[in-house]
Amino acid sequence: MSTGLLTDLTIAVLSLLVGFEVISKVPETLHTPLMSAANSIHGIVFVGAALVASTAHNAAGYALAFVAALFAGMNVVGGYAVTGRMLKMFKRRPTPQAAPAADEATSGTKAR
Amino acid sequence: MSGFDAVIKLVYVAAAACFVIGLHLMNAPPTANKGSRISAAGMVAAVAATVALVAHDSSITGTGWAVLLVGAVLGSGVGLGFAQKVKMTAIPQLVSLFNAMGGGAAALVALAGFVATASAAPVGGRIAVSTAIDVAIGALTFSGSIVACGKLQGTIAGRPIVVPGGRLTNGVLAAAAVVGAVLLAARPHSVAMLALALAASLAFGVAMVLRIGGADMPVVISLLNALTGTAVAVAGFVIDNSVLIIAGALVGASGGILTKLMADAMNRSILAIMSGGFGGGDSTGTDTVGAGGTVRQVSADDAAIQLAYASKVVIVPGYGLAAAQAQHAVRDLAQLLEERGIEVSYAIHPVAGRMPGHMNVLLAEADVPYTQLKPMDEINSEFARTDVALVIGANDVINPAARRSGTAVSGMPILDVDQAKSVIVIKRSMGHGYAGIENELYTDPKTSMFFADAKAGLVALSAAVKTLVGG
Repeated sequence: MSTGLLTDLTIAVLSLLVGFEVISKVPETLHTPLMSAANSIHGIVFVGAALVASTAHNAAGYALAFVAALFAGMNVVGGYAVTGRMLKMFKRRPTPQAAPAADEATSGTKAR
Repeated sequence: MSGFDAVIKLVYVAAAACFVIGLHLMNAPPTANKGSRISAAGMVAAVAATVALVAHDSSITGTGWAVLLVGAVLGSGVGLGFAQKVKMTAIPQLVSLFNAMGGGAAALVALAGFVATASAAPVGGRIAVSTAIDVAIGALTFSGSIVACGKLQGTIAGRPIVVPGGRLTNGVLAAAAVVGAVLLAARPHSVAMLALALAASLAFGVAMVLRIGGADMPVVISLLNALTGTAVAVAGFVIDNSVLIIAGALVGASGGILTKLMADAMNRSILAIMSGGFGGGDSTGTDTVGAGGTVRQVSADDAAIQLAYASKVVIVPGYGLAAAQAQHAVRDLAQLLEERGIEVSYAIHPVAGRMPGHMNVLLAEADVPYTQLKPMDEINSEFARTDVALVIGANDVINPAARRSGTAVSGMPILDVDQAKSVIVIKRSMGHGYAGIENELYTDPKTSMFFADAKAGLVALSAAVKTLVGG
């Protein structure tokens, strides 16, 4: 087993553990944005698409690199955009059209 | 290592740190948006560094640049369009679709590696093995996610599609995918083995998800997400790229945890869910009123009296609420009650909606403050001092039968709605939930049934409360 492979395995195992640690603290309220965010992070495969595009020298290689770039681009850009859209909706209290009286009532009940 | 390569590697390390910090900031709503932006910044840096690396390397041809740029621009445009237009009820489909794209891209990266080396010198064991694994997992998540997306969208029937001998077929397909992958790893130049691994994995993805019913979709989406993460990490092994390994492993871990949480919330094993065949599709509400035991019906006016004179109301939303697009109607009713000084909160079961945490997003969209959204563990201790529990479009997750053994929902953690002083259920009919069994909460003496569509029912309740309090 080469040192390169061992290094990669070490990185993989530690990343898995970091992932478990970081994600088990996320509250249920945010599970959908979390999954969407994780979903956009695996759009990092775009890096892979760029690297295979750089080594492609025949029609099959170009075709594969093209579809890979298309898929990965859609994954990463769409993923971050939709995650951002969702997260903007999470508000501590209703800001639009809520009367001040209603706001006080809300915070009053919350204090209990 | 040249100075240039070192800089690129350092950017990759920074990007990986951004992903971890970004995910960490998602553990609270106030910082979550910042987390998403930090993660995106890491992504931009990693991609920019890679483009610089490719340009510096100068092995890329003009055509290579063209396919990369055109592919990226087209894909980004389509992704952005979907992301901006999608309705919040359709988020699970979109996440599935993006997931399919990621899995597909990971498989294609491995395939391209295969093509590039097919005629060249012998392939090392490490690349052969990781390419084989990547082709198999990437293809499986691609086809599986596409089918899951179709089921959620309704283009494919949501109920489990079970054919005689289906379980055997799935077993054979899974075995063929594994055998194909092993043989491909052993003989990395064999096109036949590549075709076998690819075809069997694609077919297995389709066959596996087809058998799984709509109620189990939160688990399926999580699992497919975890698998794509794994595929991306393995792609990192193929092209020896640390940032792919780190990012892929992070996603694999997150998907793994959510899959486990969702399966636990239904008290079913992941394997049992994946073997499929459980439950029906979305209830169409065609069952007639009054099938089963005696229930007490209530009018909007009587229900409004109960609500308006309560001091604590807990709203229990199920997917029926979202299907009827009644999120805004429920928020309006809750605001009316709050203006009267009534404490209102929402009890969210972990599997409410079509993906983990989906119901929270739907209510957040309707401007429900997240401080009112209470997870199951937190709200269950509050039901005993709740005057009225208002159940809208939820069924199996509140069925007390789950506490006994021998029923289809036995052992499933439920919201303890039956401990509230009184219960009002808004429901179109006495139709069953996914588990297809009677809900004894409906025949409980303190429960009143208000038969209506979720949205129409909530609007009627709001109007009745307004009339009552002279608002």
